[in-house]
Amino acid sequence: MKYLRTPLNEEQLNALNIFEEVIFEGTLYTLRDRTHQKLWSNIQSGKEPFNLKNSCIYYCGPVFRDKKIISCGPTTSSRMDKFVEFLLKKGVKVMIGKGKRAPFIGDLCRKYKAVYMITCGGCGAYLAEKIKNFRCVAFPQLGPESIFELEVKEFPLVVAIDTKGRSIY
Amino acid sequence: MKRIDLNKIKEIILNLVKKANFGLRSDVLSKLKEIYNVERGLSKKFVGLLIENARISSKNQLPLCQDTGIPILFVDIGEDVVVPHRFKSFLLKSLESSYQQLYLRNSIVSPLIRRNPGWGPGEVYFDISSNKRQIKFSLLVKGFGSENKTVLKMFNPTVSWSQIEEFIVSCVKTAGPDACPPFIIGIGIGGTSEKACMLAKKTLFRNIYDSHPDKKIASLEKKLLEKINRLNLGVMGLGGKVTALGVKIEIYPTHIAGLPVCVNINCHALRTSSIVYKL
Repeated sequence: MKYLRTPLNEEQLNALNIFEEVIFEGTLYTLRDRTHQKLWSNIQSGKEPFNLKNSCIYYCGPVFRDKKIISCGPTTSSRMDKFVEFLLKKGVKVMIGKGKRAPFIGDLCRKYKAVYMITCGGCGAYLAEKIKNFRCVAFPQLGPESIFELEVKEFPLVVAIDTKGRSIY
Repeated sequence: MKRIDLNKIKEIILNLVKKANFGLRSDVLSKLKEIYNVERGLSKKFVGLLIENARISSKNQLPLCQDTGIPILFVDIGEDVVVPHRFKSFLLKSLESSYQQLYLRNSIVSPLIRRNPGWGPGEVYFDISSNKRQIKFSLLVKGFGSENKTVLKMFNPTVSWSQIEEFIVSCVKTAGPDACPPFIIGIGIGGTSEKACMLAKKTLFRNIYDSHPDKKIASLEKKLLEKINRLNLGVMGLGGKVTALGVKIEIYPTHIAGLPVCVNINCHALRTSSIVYKL
């Protein structure tokens, strides 16, 4: 079991190996299908809604009640495969989601020294308890697909692709 | 016979939506507890999380999964029941307002422009049943992590059972870690294309511990489950003894020239609820 906190450092990431359990604490940015598209076109025109350098992204569309997040499990990562290189180029270091990825993601993780981790799908209520704070940072019109900055504590993860490019699948 | 009380129906729909989204079906939960004792390592740990998630979801009335899906309502109307005007749009509106009232995720968009996610419309399917003076409402909440993995194949009538079996196992393998295993697999065989899909989906209402009343089909279900579990996907694809919690098959007569087979994959968060309204 390892602990990972933001801000991330390269050494810590390089020390992670596949199948290792990680307890994560710090800042995550939620990102889904359409926010990837929007982020891409924003960046093309010189706008960066949040600092991507050294950041962690979480494939998730949370549920809200009374200004609280009440359910926030991962969504299928493979739908986001085609956007990975552009994000890693901009400095994203950790991707969190569920499920397999295309074989080229392993090569990209090796090239950019990034990791892909999974958390437990279908565990929305459990994971919501790990969120300490959140705010919307971009595209509020997209509802649950907007980009949210989440502050999490004791967030349970498993390393699925490490910086050596090895994958558990 | 008394008239249908629409306020009562609205309340029924709200309860169905609550029951399906908050907490886990008791048969699925006890199956998870069983596999907690079978699995080892990371898979075991993740089964533990699923059980804990179900507890929190039920206790605090929070969505089991953030993908609160598309609500699909099956309505079996007794032969003697007279349904009110605009019944279908009333049911669709009730589904939508229940989702809204309970703050379940607005995940429904227009398929082409894909803008402005909202709570509706869900889907409503009617059937006429021989239970004369009642309406049975059955709700399935289907998330798209697993729904995206549904496969329909129109086989030639001369296909062998082992080829069909191979196809089903390959569908489960392709669904893989993405669709949140361990799965509940619904299989529809026969009819026309849409009939096979509907049969596959309706099997998901069956109790996970039951077996088909037709002995031949029951033994196919058992055999398939064993075969699928040999894929050793484990919870979330982390590797383990269990890939599926159950395999359910329904059949319907088909055409001499064909054999439709639909495989519907459901994640471990199987969300269904049913209520009978007596008149």
